[in-house]
Amino acid sequence: MNVVVCVKQIPDPVAPGALDPGTNTLNRSGKLIMDDSDNYGVEMALQLAGGEGDEVTLVSMAPGGETSGLRTGLAMGAAKAILISDEALAGSDALGTAKVLAAAIARANPDLIVMATESTDGYTGTLPVQVAELMGLPSVTFAKAISIEGSTIKVERQTEAGFDEVVCPMPAVVTVTAGVVEPRYPSFKGIMAAKSKPVENLTVADLGLDASQVGSAGSGQEITDVSESEARGSGEIVVDEGDGAQRVVAFLEQLKVI
Amino acid sequence: MTTDADVRAEIIDTVRRFVAREVIPHASELEHQDRFPTAMVEQMRELGLFGVTIPEEYGGLGLDLLTYIGVIEELAYGWMSLTGVVNTHTMAATLIIHHGTEAQRQRWLPIMASGERRGALSLSEPDAGTDTRNISCRAQRDGDEYVINGTKAWVTNGETAGIVALAARSEEGISAFIVEKEPGPQFEGISVAKREGKLGYKGVETVQMAYTDHHIPAGNLIGEAGRGLPQILSVLELGRINIAARAVGVTRAAFDAGLAYAQQRTTMGKPIAEHQAIQLKLADMATRLEASRLLTRNAAERKMAGLRCDVEAGMAKLFASETALEVSMDAMRIHGGVGYTTDLPVERYYRDAPLMVIGEGTNEIQRIVIARGLLARALEQGTAS
Ligand SMILES: Cc1cc2nc3c(=O)[nH]c(=O)nc-3n(C[C@H](O)[C@H](O)[C@H](O)COP(=O)(O)OP(=O)(O)OC[C@H]3O[C@@H](n4cnc5c(N)ncnc54)[C@H](O)[C@@H]3O)c2cc1C
Repeated sequence: MNVVVCVKQIPDPVAPGALDPGTNTLNRSGKLIMDDSDNYGVEMALQLAGGEGDEVTLVSMAPGGETSGLRTGLAMGAAKAILISDEALAGSDALGTAKVLAAAIARANPDLIVMATESTDGYTGTLPVQVAELMGLPSVTFAKAISIEGSTIKVERQTEAGFDEVVCPMPAVVTVTAGVVEPRYPSFKGIMAAKSKPVENLTVADLGLDASQVGSAGSGQEITDVSESEARGSGEIVVDEGDGAQRVVAFLEQLKVI
Repeated sequence: MTTDADVRAEIIDTVRRFVAREVIPHASELEHQDRFPTAMVEQMRELGLFGVTIPEEYGGLGLDLLTYIGVIEELAYGWMSLTGVVNTHTMAATLIIHHGTEAQRQRWLPIMASGERRGALSLSEPDAGTDTRNISCRAQRDGDEYVINGTKAWVTNGETAGIVALAARSEEGISAFIVEKEPGPQFEGISVAKREGKLGYKGVETVQMAYTDHHIPAGNLIGEAGRGLPQILSVLELGRINIAARAVGVTRAAFDAGLAYAQQRTTMGKPIAEHQAIQLKLADMATRLEASRLLTRNAAERKMAGLRCDVEAGMAKLFASETALEVSMDAMRIHGGVGYTTDLPVERYYRDAPLMVIGEGTNEIQRIVIARGLLARALEQGTAS
């Protein structure tokens, strides 16, 4: 079985991020790392494709030929990676990105495509379903468990009330939520081996796409303004004067959680 | 051989993430209960931590010393005791790499590299710590065996190890042996006579081990009989760089804690970080941390280049361990009263730091080693007047 995992390479969240004042998009010029939410997708794929002849391929679109984040996924155990890096891609919106990823994923001819529900740096949460739509594939979102049964997958799809059981033919796009699986740490041996695993570098032209369809040229969205998010207020300290419990209950009632 | 810089960075980064998620949240609790970190050690084994410096042909990873000290620093940043589990293991393996026969390497290194067997290094005795020549544990040749009798002291990992690199006195003088045992308080003629209660460095056991007519194959002698001391002392050079790297990790943890708290805590209407008294401390702490790191790195680089580094390793160990002691105290001062409580890990840094002043050759001895090394170099260069 061939599984593709889409991996986003993002600026290290530990370092303070900055917006490019010209485009109002996140500055991605420094070293990028694998988005933490993709750890779960990679782990899930490795668990599903753990048999003889199975293979996990990573697909990433990133500026500057960045492979650091891909190396992390390869070190965890993925066999190879496809990287699409092209100056023409700067300023891509979600749909533009989906077109590029869909074209790249198709080259790997997968049975299953695993993506994170949403990334952690800048996100719309629409990318996975756009990819599925462009590829003409079914998509199942918010998977908390996936199992393979012949040529179908069975997904436990997280809902507010519990979970739905969805059965779906393959190939399909599945998005996983954080916490579905416990991602492994790449072993030192895996890190060393990742260095020599193949990363195929592709441009927009290699994918047969027209530069006018992607990047800022093809983007149907424009960021016109950004504003600071509201600062989080400091909490209220309640001193227990014998009525602590009642005050906690009152607070929870006010929040309508009880 | 030098490790690829990207691979080194990725490995160190992986350990940093492991420490942040798996070690730091649990370290203080385990430490206060003096419990062996079984789950953490198992994860360390899966990462490959027990084979870092063992050559690839013997099942290890063959990574360079800069990678190793980076890994040690990260582990110590979370909990210094974890480095103790790895360090004596790595020294025992290094002894086999440098002084063992090919057959001995084939036999022990692969099971050590995988972490299936963990190692201890047993040099000290109750009456032979600094004074290693005073070793009295005996190894009596008996046909194709040696019979071991005596008491070894301060054996870190002594109980949980499966392989002990032992210094004992044979007919020819002090010799080095490999003792294979099952982990546990008792194995054949070996018994754990006492578990030391310690100020810090808890979780990992440091024990007295008594040998009573314990038989080992004669083929477990490492190197030449009677040459055990110089063989083991040559490994201690690596040990000193290890200790320096641990000290850098503890210092960094203490500094980070101090820096963070100084920005949170306000007195007289402003963060204490804005009081000059605290700023002076932060500046000195950071400067000494940086110096420790550079001295440690320098010693490791010299060793990697095959240059003599007795003086440099000694300087790194001396300075970095004294710095850990001072900076952990300064971090506690910055924290005021809460720094003295067991709610925060600062008190642990403060209790862990003195081990590095004493272990692997006390700092008094370190100064003597440094001075002797300097004088020897001066003589060689003909600068003596
Ligand atoms: C927690 C812990 C773990 C340890 N783990 C191990 C281990 O795994 N394996 C192992 O083999 N050992 C281990 N040790 C032993 C450690 O290496 C010794 O404690 C150390 O070398 C000091 O020896 P000592 O305790 O006998 O002190 P002593 O040698 O009695 O020293 C006492 C004091 O006298 C000073 N001194 C001694 N001789 C001289 C001299 N000639 N000139 C000037 N000053 C001198 C010392 O610096 C020190 O201040 C461990 C120790 C501790 C505390």
